[in-house]
Amino acid sequence: MTSATDTTAHVDGEHHDDHHHIPKGLTRWLFTTNHKDIGTLYLWFAFIMFLVGGAMAMVIRAELFQPGLQIVEPNFFNQMTTVHGLIMVFGAVMPAFTGLANWLVPMMIGAPDMALPRMNNWSFWILPFAFLILLSSLFMEGGGPAFGWTFYAPLSTTYSGDSTALFVFSVHIMGISSIMGAINVIVTIFNMRAPGMTYMKMPLFVWTWLITAFLLIAVMPVLAAAVTMVLTDKFFGTSFFDAAGGGDPVLFQHIFWFFGHPEVYIMILPAFGIISQIVPTFSRKKLFGYASMVYATASIALLSFVVWAHHMFTTGMPVAAEMFFMIATMLISVPTGVKVFNWVATMWRGSLSFEIPMMFAIAFIVLFTIGGLSGLMLAITPVDFQYHDTYFVVAHFHYVLVTGAVFSIMAAVYYWLPKWTGKMFDITLAKWHFWCSLISVNVLFFPMHFVGLAGMPRRIPDYALQFADFNKWISVGGFAFGLSQLIFLALLIKACRHQGESVSDQVWDGAEGLEWEIPSPAPYHTFDTPPVVK
Amino acid sequence: MQDDNKNIEQMADQIQPSPTQPRQDVDHGKTVGKIMLLVVGMFCFAFALVPLYDVFCRITGINGKTNVEAAVYSAPEVDETRTITVDFITRTHSGMPWEFEAQTRKVDIHPGQMGEVTFYVRNPTGRDIIAQAVPSVTPGQASLYLNKTECFCFQHQPLKAGEEALMPMVFYIDPQLPENINFFTLQYTLYDITETAEDAVEVAMN
Repeated sequence: MTSATDTTAHVDGEHHDDHHHIPKGLTRWLFTTNHKDIGTLYLWFAFIMFLVGGAMAMVIRAELFQPGLQIVEPNFFNQMTTVHGLIMVFGAVMPAFTGLANWLVPMMIGAPDMALPRMNNWSFWILPFAFLILLSSLFMEGGGPAFGWTFYAPLSTTYSGDSTALFVFSVHIMGISSIMGAINVIVTIFNMRAPGMTYMKMPLFVWTWLITAFLLIAVMPVLAAAVTMVLTDKFFGTSFFDAAGGGDPVLFQHIFWFFGHPEVYIMILPAFGIISQIVPTFSRKKLFGYASMVYATASIALLSFVVWAHHMFTTGMPVAAEMFFMIATMLISVPTGVKVFNWVATMWRGSLSFEIPMMFAIAFIVLFTIGGLSGLMLAITPVDFQYHDTYFVVAHFHYVLVTGAVFSIMAAVYYWLPKWTGKMFDITLAKWHFWCSLISVNVLFFPMHFVGLAGMPRRIPDYALQFADFNKWISVGGFAFGLSQLIFLALLIKACRHQGESVSDQVWDGAEGLEWEIPSPAPYHTFDTPPVVK
Repeated sequence: MQDDNKNIEQMADQIQPSPTQPRQDVDHGKTVGKIMLLVVGMFCFAFALVPLYDVFCRITGINGKTNVEAAVYSAPEVDETRTITVDFITRTHSGMPWEFEAQTRKVDIHPGQMGEVTFYVRNPTGRDIIAQAVPSVTPGQASLYLNKTECFCFQHQPLKAGEEALMPMVFYIDPQLPENINFFTLQYTLYDITETAEDAVEVAMN
């Protein structure tokens, strides 16, 4: 790889003095400002967090395998549900997307690196500390946060332990990291596109990330404010959310979900981008409706700011407000539907082939749509009163987050991994990983719809006897899905050791875009001289 | 590098007029500055939501909070064609040991007519406690039309150990009350605020 510097002229020694060699050892990773290194760090960090958060899910499923309390204390169970959520959202899905953005955005727009490489290093390296703080709080006296990842007041203010301070600071650090990452993406896309790379020529992954970055900029500060208010309410005697002091606990939910709803699109828009890259490649056709994809993404992002109260129908809102939030929420299914139909239309009469990334992409389209439809059901105010806080909600957001966001990340890794390492991954392992994940994830999450509709509440370590059979199956699916990810781990370790057959520059024969025109493996520095996009 | 850029720009110009040639030599600081304004703005906006929410609720009545200041009885015309039923519910917040109940549970009243209800409280413990009653009206919209000329909830309620008291609440309903509301509930929740309010009420108790 060291010798594989690209064809560009590197005349002056003023900058790029590290052009010829890649630093070695630990310091390479600690001090790196290279977008590819930082992308790799983000992706590995996200995967480790995925396994840690997954281990917590295994504890949850083990406890719920049978009715009754057998394995863990209820308080510890609550910590598991809370920290599982926090880790998967802020530690796994978001860093994985940031990692992909780091690797791919510069390569896709023909930039030599991210615009702010030193800040890039910081935005990654503060993350491990955030999660170290969060995870270490589990070992404190009284345990870690146990109020759910949504940390509703007064659970997080009046009824929480002292470790809440650690929770707040770790969320602050995660937020700062995300904001720095988003700034980097925006500045890179605004200022560093190759000549001729107009906005409407940018690959959809770049477009969706640009919009995601704006969502991050808009709502991560709101999350920071929310945790700050919780902190001062708990430790410094303010009454933002305390009725006795003139505050209002419902206000917490408004502020939280004003962040929280755009947040769910932060976790799905880049996924839309990934699928929009993969489907055309393996259909050997241009993406159907490129412009409508861009506008659909932007409309989803805008609408995400006016639907937050659909998480709060049961707090007692006036009927007019409930109607507004119900209709606004349902409206989101229009641009989302545009996307799904565009993907299907891209495949229509295409010359399809089913390589691993395509299999994940198709699984994404089908399963994400199931999650979208249950979301539509939840949007209906009167029925939400029944579904609220049941396993139906759990089924819904796991379909959109696991078979949606996580499957898209896996699809992306399989799609670009040969470009990163220069070798084809182990296809047999990949097939095992795909089919085991696909089957187990449905055994895991589909029955949750049924127990949810029948009234099983979420976040409770015990349940009524009639839910026992379904829960047994759910747990079995959960363990199987957890184990399936070890196949992925084995595959990734092999890939990082550069085992496997060498691949061509284009890797996939239908692949189009700047990243497929550079050598495989991608050289340490690319596009020192900008390519010209026609 | 200079030459390189020149060449590229020329090449790009030949191909098509592109709106965005500049690359790494662009001033990223400016873009970052603009984005940082947005970040700081959104952080402040989240805090601004706190008073905005209060104002919004006061205008629309959606959270059922009643006015925290005494209304002046403007002697509106009493609308004898309508009778409104008002229910009074009392509860104490968990950990608050007082006895607290409404002596009148239910009042039938014409809009515009003055009504008075009394609430009984007793501090059965051996320590002095300061309480704060927080009212809430259901449906919330009715809170906009409930005018209290006198209410214990406007102040803190300090009771010495073992003391008891009767607390009055005088109110009238605005005749503008929407036609569809003929019944509403006023609930008082009593909170123990001894710790936070000690200093403030010291004066009141002496």
